[in-house]
Amino acid sequence: MTKRLGWFLAGGLLVALLLAGVVSNFASGSPDGLDATAREGCTFSADGEITGGTCMLQQEQEHQTADSPLADYGIRGIDNPYLSTGLAGVLGVLVTFGIGGGVFWLLRRRTPEKV
Amino acid sequence: MDTQAMHIANGIVNGTVSAIFAAFAALALAFCVWRARADLDDRLAPMAGLVAAFIFAVQMLNFQVLPGVSGHLLGGTLAVVLVGPWVGALCVSTVLIIQCLLYADGGLTALGLNITNMAILGTAAGYLLVAGLLRVLPKTPSGLGATALIASVIGVVVASQGFVFEYWLGGTTQLSLPWVSGTMAGTHALIGIGEGLIAATTVATVARVRPDLVYALRRFRKPPAVVPAAPATVSGGTA
Repeated sequence: MTKRLGWFLAGGLLVALLLAGVVSNFASGSPDGLDATAREGCTFSADGEITGGTCMLQQEQEHQTADSPLADYGIRGIDNPYLSTGLAGVLGVLVTFGIGGGVFWLLRRRTPEKV
Repeated sequence: MDTQAMHIANGIVNGTVSAIFAAFAALALAFCVWRARADLDDRLAPMAGLVAAFIFAVQMLNFQVLPGVSGHLLGGTLAVVLVGPWVGALCVSTVLIIQCLLYADGGLTALGLNITNMAILGTAAGYLLVAGLLRVLPKTPSGLGATALIASVIGVVVASQGFVFEYWLGGTTQLSLPWVSGTMAGTHALIGIGEGLIAATTVATVARVRPDLVYALRRFRKPPAVVPAAPATVSGGTA
């Protein structure tokens, strides 16, 4: 890997870390397109419980990893929501870069060609 | 904090159909790994790691598209432009797997459905459009941005219809299919515009800073000007 590529990667990672660590706190809290479709047809109480109607969400089952300390993009045990979301985001970027980059690095073809 | 489910949760599509798509996704990813190896070199491999990390970050940034409805980037087209279709599908899959296992986003049973829609269908549609559009649009940062914008909108709508297809096969509720299809297409057309703007900004920026790192531009790059006689200086450092 050349030094120039290293700088580019470092810059890109910094942008990703800022987006996931800081900007993520300003993201919309509304359900996304799929989730909104899944809720359509049901009525909800103030605390989000389904009170009636028919919608996809009624059939939703518990997530297998719902107990994960990072579930729902927060870190369990950190009460400050900004810190919790931000750190969960930063961790996610690093883990994704580490695992993704690591797997791709192992998969790459090893030709002696100069980069 | 609001709990956010961003991908298909468990139980929305029945177990049999989920299992079929899990098998399909596994086969498709195996094929992508096989094809990706030809593309991955010392430069593309770390770049692909960055693209995956970037997609993870941007998927956290839900933007409002309608009152009470938000959306986030899926990332297929962005990945296709920067690292190519095979590696790109693997980038999006990496993100989905990490989100599912660590962040409880997108059911484990539904992982095959989510990978099929976002990593395979969305990416494939994005790739076909990018390949087609770059034949006619200028191979400049702005041309590449316009390509990413258009391909993103259509790629996201195609991905949303992947869900509709899966719901048609194994949905656990009895909702009108045209309604599901229309609602998904409508919201995802808007989400696609948001995704397109993010993808366009990103790829145009990379094309400006390091055009040599943009996979989609590789085919069009002129080979470095050949100096006929004198092989005197071997250019080293600069890529």
